[in-house]
Amino acid sequence: MITLRAFRYSFLNLVFLFTLFPSTPLRAELISGYEFLSNQAKDMQNDDFQNPGYLMIEKGLEVYNTRGENEKSCNHCHGNNGEKFTPKSIAQFPKFHNLLQAPVTLRDQIQFCWDKRLDNFPLLYDDTDLLALETMIRNKAYGEKVNVDTSGEMQPYYEAGKKFYFTRFGQMDMNCSQCHDVYTGRMLRGQKLSQGQTNGFPLFRLESQKMVNLPQRLRECFHSLRAQTFEQDSNEFRNLEIYLNARGNGLKIETPAIRY
Amino acid sequence: MIFKENILITLVIFMVLSLFKNSYAAEDMTNYLMTGDSINTPLDGLTGKPERGQALFRNQNKGNCLACHQLSILKDAFHGTIGPSLDQVSQRLTEAQIRLRITDMKQVNPYSIMPGFYRSPKKINRISPLYENSTILTSQEVEDIVSYLMSLKPNSFAEQQ
Ligand code: HEC
Ligand code: HEC
Repeated sequence: MITLRAFRYSFLNLVFLFTLFPSTPLRAELISGYEFLSNQAKDMQNDDFQNPGYLMIEKGLEVYNTRGENEKSCNHCHGNNGEKFTPKSIAQFPKFHNLLQAPVTLRDQIQFCWDKRLDNFPLLYDDTDLLALETMIRNKAYGEKVNVDTSGEMQPYYEAGKKFYFTRFGQMDMNCSQCHDVYTGRMLRGQKLSQGQTNGFPLFRLESQKMVNLPQRLRECFHSLRAQTFEQDSNEFRNLEIYLNARGNGLKIETPAIRY
Repeated sequence: MIFKENILITLVIFMVLSLFKNSYAAEDMTNYLMTGDSINTPLDGLTGKPERGQALFRNQNKGNCLACHQLSILKDAFHGTIGPSLDQVSQRLTEAQIRLRITDMKQVNPYSIMPGFYRSPKKINRISPLYENSTILTSQEVEDIVSYLMSLKPNSFAEQQ
């Protein structure tokens, strides 16, 4: 009898929890933004000649092979056309940087090498060269599963990003989770809400007809929430990137993706 | 004499104080009285116009209600599916209940995704400088939309379909 009663109560508790926090207890199945595309857009992503992301990769290779102030180029350490990059390692970003004693995104790492290893004038966050390098290098891990470490030194940053994800922003007063967990699959006017996954970044946006990296996309989100945005290299966006990427751990990298 | 002066000074003080009081009220323009899950009196005592309400309801920069709701008499190409259909909403809810839900849904359901269209800007986190100290809709615009939803009678669906 006792067990039956306990069972009934725990069941009721679960129902109650679900109504209060519809998204938290059980993690939904991971779905790439790709699954939300029209067939035409899917074809565009899969065709190297139609997908504008590949132009960005070509530009990335050019920058990759350009000699820095110290006469070295990226291929000095990473091989011809980046052949020494290991997909597993690329798929782990953002990760903890032992020299800096802080987490770094793939962009941070590229800027670090550009500045410290090639002795160049630092790349600005909006620089197309940085976007091109990131696209080219992330593409080296195409098909590899995202695998961000959320334990040890990374844990507090991951937690901060998670907290941010559940914080409401702007005059629209919404948080990320409401659109990308609670109402995934529903229509926002003519736009189907995806899980807001990051496995395709940097990606080509059909709406603005532009390649964007994650912080650039996040700034657009903040704009539509009528919220004051954050700097692209702010700790807030860096922590959020850790949470977002880790949230998609297991999804295959699709860079350069096509999205709306 | 002293008596008179005192009255004068008190008057001046009152005038100054009431000035402050007014400017405070003007700054927090979202003053309204909530009773249960309703706002019984029209915001700022204003009267809504259903025709204006319909335009605001569809306008993407104003109510943008169709981003989340469906309303079958409107033939706009896309209706969202995040919130419930608002067909016959005036049969389910009173005018006063609808007024609170548009004004600030989070007073009814703190987890709601629905924006508070007349929620105090002081309760908003990191509002963009472009929208500082403003609400999505004015009190007049809220009343317009309330009157629009109230004007939709059950048989108006049958007639127009
Ligand atoms: C009002 C709803 C809404 C809110 C709130 C919202 N987004 Fe989005 N987001 C969208 C829509 C619509 C798109 C484009 C279609 C899609 O992929 O869902 C999008 C796209 C994205 C994408 C790109 C996904 C891809 O596959 O290309 C990311 C990443 C993202 N959002 C993250 C966030 C984060 C982080 C927040 C909080 C700061 C947030 N969103 C808040 C509606 C929202
Ligand atoms: C971002 C999504 C969103 C937008 C925009 C939105 N709503 Fe809602 N609305 C909802 C959701 C979701 C509910 C369900 C209740 C809840 O979430 O607490 C709701 C509930 C309601 C209800 C109560 C319906 C009932 O049957 O209980 C009314 C009335 C309403 N909305 C009117 C409006 C009007 C009018 C507008 C535009 C001025 C609007 N909504 C804009 C999401 C939205």
